[in-house]
Amino acid sequence: MSQIMNVLITGVGGQGTLLTSRIIAQVAVDLGHDVKVTEVHGMAQRGGSVVSEVRYGEKVYSPTIPKGEADVLLAFEKLEAARWLDYLKPDGIVIINDERVDPLPVMSGKMKYPEDIIDSITQFRPKTTVANATQTAIECGNVKAANVVLVGILSKVIGLPPEKVEEAIRKLVPPKALEVNLAAFRRGVEWSVNQ
Amino acid sequence: MKRLLIGNEAIARGAYEAGASVATAYPGTPSTEIVSHLARYEDIYAEWAPNEKVALEVGIGASIGGARTLVAMKHVGINVAADPLYTVAYTGVNGGLVIVSADDPGMHSSQNEQDNRGYGKFAKLPVIEPSDSQEAKDYTALAFELSEQFDTPVMLRVTTRLSHSQTLVEEGERGELVLKEYKKNAPKYVMLPGYARGRHVEVEKRMAALSDYAETTPLNRIEWGDKKLGIITSGVAYQYVREALPDVSVLKLGLVNPLPKNLITSFAQQVERLVVVEELEPVIEQQLKAWGIAAEGKEIFTLLGEYSPEMIAQRLAGEALPPVSGLTSQIPPRPPLLCPGCPHRGVFHVLRKRRVTVMGDIGCYTLGALSPLEAMDACVCMGASIGMAMGMEKARGEEFASKMVGVIGDSTFVHSGITPLIDIVYNQGTSTILILDNDTTAMTGHQDHPATGVTIKKSPTNKLDLEALVRAVGIKNVRVVDPLKLDELDTVLGEELARREPSVIIAKRPCALIDRTPITSTLWVDEELCNGCKACIRIGCTGIYFKDNEKKAAINPNTCVSCGMCPQVCKVDAIKVVEG
Ligand SMILES: Cc1ncc(C[n+]2csc(CCOP(=O)(O)OP(=O)(O)O)c2C)c(N)n1
Repeated sequence: MSQIMNVLITGVGGQGTLLTSRIIAQVAVDLGHDVKVTEVHGMAQRGGSVVSEVRYGEKVYSPTIPKGEADVLLAFEKLEAARWLDYLKPDGIVIINDERVDPLPVMSGKMKYPEDIIDSITQFRPKTTVANATQTAIECGNVKAANVVLVGILSKVIGLPPEKVEEAIRKLVPPKALEVNLAAFRRGVEWSVNQ
Repeated sequence: MKRLLIGNEAIARGAYEAGASVATAYPGTPSTEIVSHLARYEDIYAEWAPNEKVALEVGIGASIGGARTLVAMKHVGINVAADPLYTVAYTGVNGGLVIVSADDPGMHSSQNEQDNRGYGKFAKLPVIEPSDSQEAKDYTALAFELSEQFDTPVMLRVTTRLSHSQTLVEEGERGELVLKEYKKNAPKYVMLPGYARGRHVEVEKRMAALSDYAETTPLNRIEWGDKKLGIITSGVAYQYVREALPDVSVLKLGLVNPLPKNLITSFAQQVERLVVVEELEPVIEQQLKAWGIAAEGKEIFTLLGEYSPEMIAQRLAGEALPPVSGLTSQIPPRPPLLCPGCPHRGVFHVLRKRRVTVMGDIGCYTLGALSPLEAMDACVCMGASIGMAMGMEKARGEEFASKMVGVIGDSTFVHSGITPLIDIVYNQGTSTILILDNDTTAMTGHQDHPATGVTIKKSPTNKLDLEALVRAVGIKNVRVVDPLKLDELDTVLGEELARREPSVIIAKRPCALIDRTPITSTLWVDEELCNGCKACIRIGCTGIYFKDNEKKAAINPNTCVSCGMCPQVCKVDAIKVVEG
């Protein structure tokens, strides 16, 4: 429909998807793009599935990404990658944090967590990369920086200049967490992505 | 330099720039951030009112007093405020009065998806609808102008997608703060029949004047394109239309009540096919049809939920929907849950165990209706639990009432639970009502309320004493318990259910997300003792899970907050608490 970058960020309430979308959006603003971000608050925050949609380009109309038009799907959790997969373009890129958070029906044993979920995703959309951002964040000094590792991976995929992303991180991350987050971001940028 | 703002913050900014000095609200998704942002401006008086009716009445007083005033609420809040709303349409204003209705197509966090443009029509108020954050700011400022110019409250109608989407906004300066002169004017402000008849004449004159204004206002604009298809739309749906159909002609309505008859007629005459694209009710479409203008609308588009660009492209441009992975059906849903340590969990666990009928209410605790607790029978609107319990008892008798409770949160009780409690006492009901006092309005993001003793600006104030209040309305049996002490709660509940008198049990413990008490212990499961019975799993806490292969429960140390509830439900004492 139009020449815009569509980034879909999904996860579980409380995983820090919000900071990720804010950083990406801020960089897009700093680069002079028209930008829209949409996320649904409310019930979803109570451990439900959450989604942020970031769109930027010369002129963005809809705040939501049309189904089948996301350029990149960044999932903080494996199931949440599968849940939103239909929003991706056929040649879109999937980045999945290798993290499993059991939803209630799984916890209580009523349903099974699909073990081969990554294979199913890769079959449908081959440009899929799985990253262990949690481990990388721990190596950088704080598990909470996993979302910024993912920012690193994502920003490279969509071609955001690293110095601009670091500038945005400086604006949005509290000073005492800054060093760890910058380290996490740089590790993310080094990931090789299947694209 | 433009900034990314959510629609709600942009509305707050618009009111600030328009020189507003009073802002009132009762929280409700998706409206909440409007007044919480306004509270950050030092020179604006902001308050969380106990409910929407009070919020609007304070707003009316402020407006009559000469201040530019903004009142915000979610769509169902307008139902609560409907009484003053319909009549402030008669009195008109002094200082500009803007009432924001934040509707929730798709019911992201609501109990219904009513379309409040209907209120504008029936209460005879101008309704303005922005389509992004810049418009939200600009239209809010303009709404204050129109309010004073036409002597009317103005409804600014937004939807979740606008309220919670961030788009770029150019900010301006604080407008001049004007306190208009106050002059006593009983025929305008005292709505006795004799005076109200005079005001109704004014209302109709004003609507006629607004209809003229609608023809020329910059709020309504035509974007000419291919004339084979003309779309009439408003709000966020406009953005979807532009995205999906970049080449068509569009009449974008920013003023959706009253509608510009001439502008619409002339647009209709110049396009080959006319379609109205509006989420929820056919408000615009029906007006067109009443005027005899042929248009398509709801025969193409649904009355349900949110629209999307791909839906519009498919219906109007015949674009095929993209192929699907087929994975969706295998994916377990991820419903929202009570948080680890949530005091509500204790209450619903005990209620389920006792198999009582539960007349429920709205708040985080409504999640007690879902699996695995499943301990709620009905939930309709804020405050309804207590009246419904009374009705249930009068229908089925006292015996039934001894196995039934009403359950209501503290914020909801203050909002609209007091009057039905008075009804129970007055009309000699015997019900047992549980007030879940978690010291906050948790559901909507932890706002203070009269029983927390803190204002919206975070300054200390009188703390409403719920226990004293309940006694004052005539409840003699008032008990206060910690809902995570399960045995105690169960005993108290048993005693009060057995009593042929009304009782109130205040289940008092702060929301786990605001509780600042340091966590001093950790839990672990002794696998020797665990027999895999899953009693702990049935409390529905993400702090504990079941290892399928070993058939044992296990604590998730990342989420567990050591609230101590699961050890109490374990029948074999396998969940151990370690201090320190
Ligand atoms: C008339 C109306 N106003 C506002 C809301 C939004 N809302 C839903 S529940 C709730 C209050 C919840 O607070 P409380 O009763 O203390 O329960 P908690 O969420 O803290 O458990 C609010 C404001 C609504 N549904 N209806």
